[in-house]
Amino acid sequence: MLSVKNLHASVDGKEILRGIDLEVRAGEVHAIMGPNGSGKSTLASVLAGNEKFTVTEGSATFFGKDLLSMSIEDRARAGLFLGFQYPVEIPGVTMANFMKLAVNEQRKYRGEEPLTAAEFLRLMREKSAIVELSSKLTSRAVNEGFSGGEKKKNEIFQMAMLDPKLAILDETDSGLDIDALRIVATGVTKLHTPENATVVITHYQRLLDYIVPDVVHVLYKGRIIHTGDKTLALRLEKEGYDWLINAYEER
Amino acid sequence: MAKLLIEIRILVASKILRLGKKCKQVCFFALDFTYLCTIILLEMAENEKELLETLQEQEYKYGFTTDIETETIGKGLSEEVVRLISAKKGEPDWMTERRVAAYRHWLTLTPPTWAHLDIPAIDFQDIIYYAAPKQPKKGGSFDDIDPELKRTFDKLGIPLEEQLALSGVAVDAVMDSVSVKTTFKKTLSEKGIIFCSISEALRDHPDLVKKYLGSVVPYTDNFYAALNAAVFSDGSFCYIPKGVRCPMELSTYFRINAAGTGQFERTLIVADEGAYVSYLEGCTAPRRDENQLHAAVVEIVVERDAEVKYSTVQNWYPGDKEGRGGVYNFVTKRGICRENARLSWTQVETGSAITWKYPSCILAGDRSVGEFYSVAMTNNRQQADTGTKMIHIGRDTRSRIVSKGISAGCSQNAYRGLVRVAKGAENARNFSQCDSLLIGDRCGAHTFPELDVRNRSAIVEHEATTSKISDDQLFYCNQRGLSTEDAVGLIVNGYAREVLAKLPMEFAVEAQKLLALQLEGSVG
Repeated sequence: MLSVKNLHASVDGKEILRGIDLEVRAGEVHAIMGPNGSGKSTLASVLAGNEKFTVTEGSATFFGKDLLSMSIEDRARAGLFLGFQYPVEIPGVTMANFMKLAVNEQRKYRGEEPLTAAEFLRLMREKSAIVELSSKLTSRAVNEGFSGGEKKKNEIFQMAMLDPKLAILDETDSGLDIDALRIVATGVTKLHTPENATVVITHYQRLLDYIVPDVVHVLYKGRIIHTGDKTLALRLEKEGYDWLINAYEER
Repeated sequence: MAKLLIEIRILVASKILRLGKKCKQVCFFALDFTYLCTIILLEMAENEKELLETLQEQEYKYGFTTDIETETIGKGLSEEVVRLISAKKGEPDWMTERRVAAYRHWLTLTPPTWAHLDIPAIDFQDIIYYAAPKQPKKGGSFDDIDPELKRTFDKLGIPLEEQLALSGVAVDAVMDSVSVKTTFKKTLSEKGIIFCSISEALRDHPDLVKKYLGSVVPYTDNFYAALNAAVFSDGSFCYIPKGVRCPMELSTYFRINAAGTGQFERTLIVADEGAYVSYLEGCTAPRRDENQLHAAVVEIVVERDAEVKYSTVQNWYPGDKEGRGGVYNFVTKRGICRENARLSWTQVETGSAITWKYPSCILAGDRSVGEFYSVAMTNNRQQADTGTKMIHIGRDTRSRIVSKGISAGCSQNAYRGLVRVAKGAENARNFSQCDSLLIGDRCGAHTFPELDVRNRSAIVEHEATTSKISDDQLFYCNQRGLSTEDAVGLIVNGYAREVLAKLPMEFAVEAQKLLALQLEGSVG
C-alpha cells in the first residue's frame, strides 16, 4: 500500500528526515515511536504533503502511484488520512458542512454520486457514535471551542466519515485523559479492517494497549533505527530509548 | 510571511469605552442540533458546494451588455439638463424647483476627500445623466416589455416571470435609470402597500413623496447627495400603511447598461406606524473599460413601532485585475427611527472599483433600535471605505454594528463608523464589532471607528480583530480532500456567516456565491 524508500526531507534548509524506509501493507498496524524531535510528526506531514517541508531525496508510492508528485487534496482523495496532533479551528464553518464537502469531494474523485442530505445525516449519526462524539459538536464550527479531548475525538470521527485506506495518526493520544484515550483508541480499532492500514505515532505504550501494533518502529534523528514487534513498545516503556540510541551511536 | 500592510487606527473620542481585543474572530452559528435545522444546514452545504464550483467561472458573470434601444440626452450637466430630466419625466413644478435648488447647491460643493480612497478626478461633464430603455408604451402588459430587456433580467435571475412571482418576491427593476416593471403590484395594493417607481409615485402619490423625499437625506447633506437630488432619474418608492405587515420581500434590482452613463437612483421607503417590510436591493453592471458613476440615495422613514429590514447585495462591475474600468459607487443611505422603531441594514459589498457608503440610522425616537451588518470584500485593485453611523438621540436607544471586511489582492478595505450619543440619549447602548480578514500580503485593512459620547449613562463597546487565512487552515482542509479554492471559499463564508445569516435565504445563497467568485485567483 505505502512504500517509502530513502526519504529525505528538510525545513528551512535543515534536514529532518535522513533516509526513511517504510513498507505498510493492507491490514497492518504500525506504531512509530521515538524521542522528541526525532522527526515523527515531520514524517506524517511529509507523507500528507505539507508544503512547509521539502523532500530532497527518496521516493514514496501509494498503491503504486508516486505519492510525492500528488497534491495534498489528491493524496487525501486517494485514501490517505492524517489525524492532526493540533487540529485547527475554522470559525463559522460547521462540522456538518465541512464533512459534507469533504466526503462528497472524495466521492467525486472515486466517480461516485454525492450523498444526499438524508444519507449524509445517517452516516454522520452512525460514525459519531464510534467515538461517542456528542451530536451537538457536529453542528458547531470546526474545532472551535472544542476541548482537547473533543478535538481528538473529532479527528477520529472524521477518519470514520472518510473511511481512508491509510490513516496516519499523529500523537492522537496526547492531551487525553484515561477515558478519552480509551474511547479514541477503541474507535480506531473498530475502524480497522483487513483492507486498510493504520500508522500511529505515539510517545506512550498505553495507546498500544488498545491499538495493538503488528510492527513497532523507533525513529531517531530522522532515521528508523530499530524495528520490532509489539513487545518492543513494552521494553521501551520500561527502559526508555537509551539502549537503542547508544547502540545506534556506536555503530 | 512578508510584511503585512495592516494598519489599524482606532480613533477614540470617548471615555466610556471598553475595548476588547481578541486574537480570533468570534460568533458562529450555534444551532441546537435537531433534525430540522441540521437538514437546513446540510442543504446550505450543498448550496455552498455548488457555489464553490462556480469559482471556476473566472469572469464577472454579469458582464454582458444588452442590445436595446436607449434614449439618452447628451453628455454634461447644467441647469437645462436638470430641467430637461424633470420635464422628460413629467414632474410637478415643485419637484423641478427642488432639483434646480439641489443643482445650484451642488455647484458650491467639492467632492469629499476624507475617505481612505484614492479617487481619480471625475469629469462630471463627461457623463450622460439620463438614459432610458425605449419602451413601446407605458402601462402595458408584461409582454410589452422589450424581449432583449426581459432576457437581461432573466440572465440576472430576476423573477419577473409569473412562476417566479410565486416565490413571493415583488420586484422593481431599474435598468439604467428607468424603472422597467414592478411585479406583484396588485397583491400589494390590496393591503394598501404602494411599491412602484419614484416617477410613478410622483405622478400617483405626490403628497407622500413631497412629504418624505429629502426629509432624511436633504440635498445639502453631501456632494453626491446633492448631485443625486438634482439629476436622479428613477428609483423605487415604497409605502407600508399603518399596522400593515408586508407579506413578501420587496426587491429592486439596479443595472447600469448604457455606456458612459451615470446611474442616480433614489429610493424612498416609508413604514408607517406599526408597519413592517423587508426590502432587498441588488446591483450589477456590464464590464466596461471606462469607469461608470453610481451615486444613489436611499431614505428610509420608520415611524413609531415600525420595522424595516434593508438588505443589499452590491455587485457592480469591480474593474479588471489591473484596475481598469469598474463602477465608482458613492451612496448615501440613511434611515430615521421614531419611537420604538427598528431599522436593520445588511449589506454584502463585493463589487465596484470604489465604494463609498455608510448606511446610517438616526435613532430619534425613544427605545428605537438600529442595526448594521456588513460584509465588504475587495480584491485586485478595488477600494472600499464603508461603514455606518448610529446617531442616538432618543432615550434607551440601542444599536449594533457587525462589520466583516475581507481584503485580497492589492485591494484596500476600510471600515469607517461613527457612534454618536447625544446629550439627552439616556441609557443608550451600542455594541460594535469590526473584523478584518486578509488574504495575501499586498492588501490593506483599516478601521476608523469614531465614538462620540455625550451622555454619562451610555454604554458603548467596540471590538476589533484582524486575522489571516492561515496555511495551517488550508493544509487541514486540503488534507480532507478540499481544493485550496474550495477551502478559501469555505473559510471566507464561515467568517462572514454571522452577517450572511441576516440575509433572506435566496439572497444569502447569491451572496455566498459572490464571495467565492470574487476570490477567484487570489490564493496560491
